[in-house]
Amino acid sequence: MSTTTETPRETELPPEQPPPPAAKPGKGGPVRRFFQGWGVRLSVLAIVVLWIIPTVGLLISSFRSRSFIESEGWWTAFARPFAEGQWTLQNYQIALTQQGFDNAFLNSLAVTIPSTVIPITVAAFAAYAFTWMRFKGRNLIFMGVVALIVIPLHMALIPVLRLYTQGAELWGITLFPQTQLVGTFPAIWLAHSGFGLPLAVYLLRNYVGSLPASVIESAKVDGASDFQVFTRLVVPLSVPALAAFATLQFLWVWNDYLIALVLLGGTPDVRVLTVALAGLQGQFGQMRHVLPAAAFISIMLPMVVFFSLQRYFVRGLTAGAVKG
Amino acid sequence: MSTPPPPAPTLDEDGPPGPDRPPERPPGSSGWHPGRFALGLLGVAALLATMVWVFDWLRTTDAGRLPVVVVALALGVLGIFGLFWVMDVAVNQLSEQGKLRVRPWIFIGPALLLLGVYLVYPTIYTILISFQDARSVDWVGLDNFRFIFTDSGMVRSIRNTFAWVLVVPSFAVAFGLAVAVLADRLTRGESLAKSLVFLPMAVSFVGAAVIFNLIYDYRSFGNQTGLLNGIWTALGNDPVAWLSFEPWNNLALMAVMVWIQTGFAMVILSAAIKGVPDDLLEAARIDGANEFQIFFRVVVPTIMTTIVVVATTITINVLKIFDIVYVMTGGGAGTEVIPERMVTWFFQRGNFGVGAAIAVLMFVAIIPIMIVNVRRFRAEEAIR
Repeated sequence: MSTTTETPRETELPPEQPPPPAAKPGKGGPVRRFFQGWGVRLSVLAIVVLWIIPTVGLLISSFRSRSFIESEGWWTAFARPFAEGQWTLQNYQIALTQQGFDNAFLNSLAVTIPSTVIPITVAAFAAYAFTWMRFKGRNLIFMGVVALIVIPLHMALIPVLRLYTQGAELWGITLFPQTQLVGTFPAIWLAHSGFGLPLAVYLLRNYVGSLPASVIESAKVDGASDFQVFTRLVVPLSVPALAAFATLQFLWVWNDYLIALVLLGGTPDVRVLTVALAGLQGQFGQMRHVLPAAAFISIMLPMVVFFSLQRYFVRGLTAGAVKG
Repeated sequence: MSTPPPPAPTLDEDGPPGPDRPPERPPGSSGWHPGRFALGLLGVAALLATMVWVFDWLRTTDAGRLPVVVVALALGVLGIFGLFWVMDVAVNQLSEQGKLRVRPWIFIGPALLLLGVYLVYPTIYTILISFQDARSVDWVGLDNFRFIFTDSGMVRSIRNTFAWVLVVPSFAVAFGLAVAVLADRLTRGESLAKSLVFLPMAVSFVGAAVIFNLIYDYRSFGNQTGLLNGIWTALGNDPVAWLSFEPWNNLALMAVMVWIQTGFAMVILSAAIKGVPDDLLEAARIDGANEFQIFFRVVVPTIMTTIVVVATTITINVLKIFDIVYVMTGGGAGTEVIPERMVTWFFQRGNFGVGAAIAVLMFVAIIPIMIVNVRRFRAEEAIR
C-alpha cells in the first residue's frame, strides 16, 4: 500500500471526528475487548489443539506397546498413563532393524542432499550469468526458463521413465544412451534438479539481480574472474536466497513419494522413507503397531530442519508462491 | 522480472575512468593457449569419466549401505561443483574474445541441459504419445481423450477433483486467515501458535496419511482405535468406516490436505496482515468501525491480492494431489482424483497413451491458474 491511498482517508477524517469519541466506548468497546482478551486466546487455543491432535496421536501411539495399540484408542493413554506395559521403544526398534527404515533413512539422505545441492549450484551459476554476463538472447532464454514453472512434473514422468529404460534416438543418432538408470540415485537427483530448476533460477536471479552492481563491477576491475566473483562475492551475499530455496527443495524432495516410487522403486536397498512407509501402510493388520514409529522416523528430520530454518523457509515460501 | 540493472560504470578510486576503459584485461592473462585448452577439455572429460566410474561402482558394489550413501553424497555434491570449476579452467585458456563469448554458456549450459532433458523434451513427448495407443506404437487420434472423458473412474476423478478444488483452498484460506488474524492479537505466544499450525507443512503426504489413520480408523465392534469413531461411538452411534463411506470419504481425504495447507496460507497471510498500514486501521477505528467491520472492509480488501495468490497456489497443489489418495484409499470407494488416475493408468496398468492424456488434461487445467497466479504475484512485487 502506498501513501496515495492513505492521504484521501486522512483528509476525510476531520468532518467525521466529533461523533466517534462518544460512540467508541459504547459500540466498538466490548467487542474489541473480547477480541483482545479471552475470546482470542480461546479461539487460537482451539485451532492449535485441533491442529496438533493428529501429531500428538502419532507420537503417543509410536511409544505404545502392540497390545495397547491393537486393543484401544491412543487417547486412552491420557486416562491411565501409568498402566503396566504400556510404554515401549520396541516399535522403533522393529521399524529400524526389521523393516529396513535404517536403510531407508540413509537412502532418503542420499537422495535429498544432492537433489538440493545440484539445482542450487546449477541455478546459482545460471542466475549469475543471467544477471552479470552479456550474451545473445539472454532475456529471451531467461523468460523461457521461467515459463517452464507452469509445467507440472506429471508431464515429465512417462518420458523420463522411458528415457531411463530405453534411451532416446533421433534419426538413428543416440541422444541419450540406453542405460538402466531406474533405481539409481543419479537418476532421481537429476530429475529432482530438473523439476526444481525453473523456480530456483527465478528466485536466485531476482536476488542476485538486487545485489549492488558497483560491488561486482569493482571486483572485476580489480582483476577478479567471473568464477572468483561468483564464488567469493555473489554466493556469500546470496546466502539468504540460497537458504530459502534449499529448505524448500529439501522438504519437497524428502517428502516426495511419486518421483521416488516411479524412478527409484520399492526394492529395499534403494527405497526412501516415504516409499517404505507407504509399503508398510499397505501391509494391512500385521504391522500396524510399527506404523506410527515408522512415520515418526520419516517426519523427524524435516521437522528439525523446519524448526531450525523456519525463517528461511517462510521467506522461500513467500517468494516462491508461484511454484507450479 | 525487471530487466537486469545495467552494469553501472564504476567510478572507484582505483579504477580511473577514461583511458582505462576496457577492464577485461587483467595483467597476466593474455592470449589463448590451444594446448592448455585441450588439456582443460581433457580435464572435463576425465572428471565426467570419474563420475561415471564412481556411479558404476555404486551400482555394482556390495559394500554396506553407509559407505555407498557417503560416496553417493560426495559424488553428487562435489561432482557438480567440480564440473563447473573444471569447465571454467578450460575456458580460461581461450583468447580474451573467446572467454567472453564462451563463458556465459558454461554458466547457463548445465541449467539449459537439465531443463531440456527433464522438462522441455518430456512435455513434447507426453503430448505426442497422448495421441498414441497404450504401448505408443500406433496413432489413435483423440481416442485417449475420448476415453478419459467417458470412463466411469475418470469421470468420477474429474468430479472429485472439482470438489477438492472448491473445498480445500477455501477451508485452508479461511482457517489460515483466522489463525493469522487472531494470533496477531495475542499478547504472547503468537509465534508458538503459528509454528504449531505451520508444523504439518513439514510432514509428507504419506506421513499425513498414516497420521490420519489414527483419526479415521474403524472397528466394526469393540474398542475403537480411531479418534473420530471414538467420539462418534461415545455419543451413542454405531461406528462408521469413514474412508469407505461414499461420497463423504472424499471430505475425509480433503481434511488431510487442509490440515497441511493451512499453515502455508497462514504464514503468507500473516505477513500480509502485518503489512496493512496502522494509520489505515486507526482511521477506521476513529470512524467508529468495530473490529468485524475493520476486518472485512479494511483488512480483507487490502490483502485481497495475497489471498488470491494463496488460494491459487493451493489450488495448483490440489490439482497435483496424489499421495494422500493413493496411500489412504488407493483411489477406491469413489475417491479417484486426476493425478492418482494418471499414475494408476500408466504405472500400474501400463497404458502410456491414457496416462499421457491425463497428464495433458492436468497441464491444461493448471496453465490458466498459473497465469493468473504469476500475474498477481508480479503485480504485488511491483507494489512492494
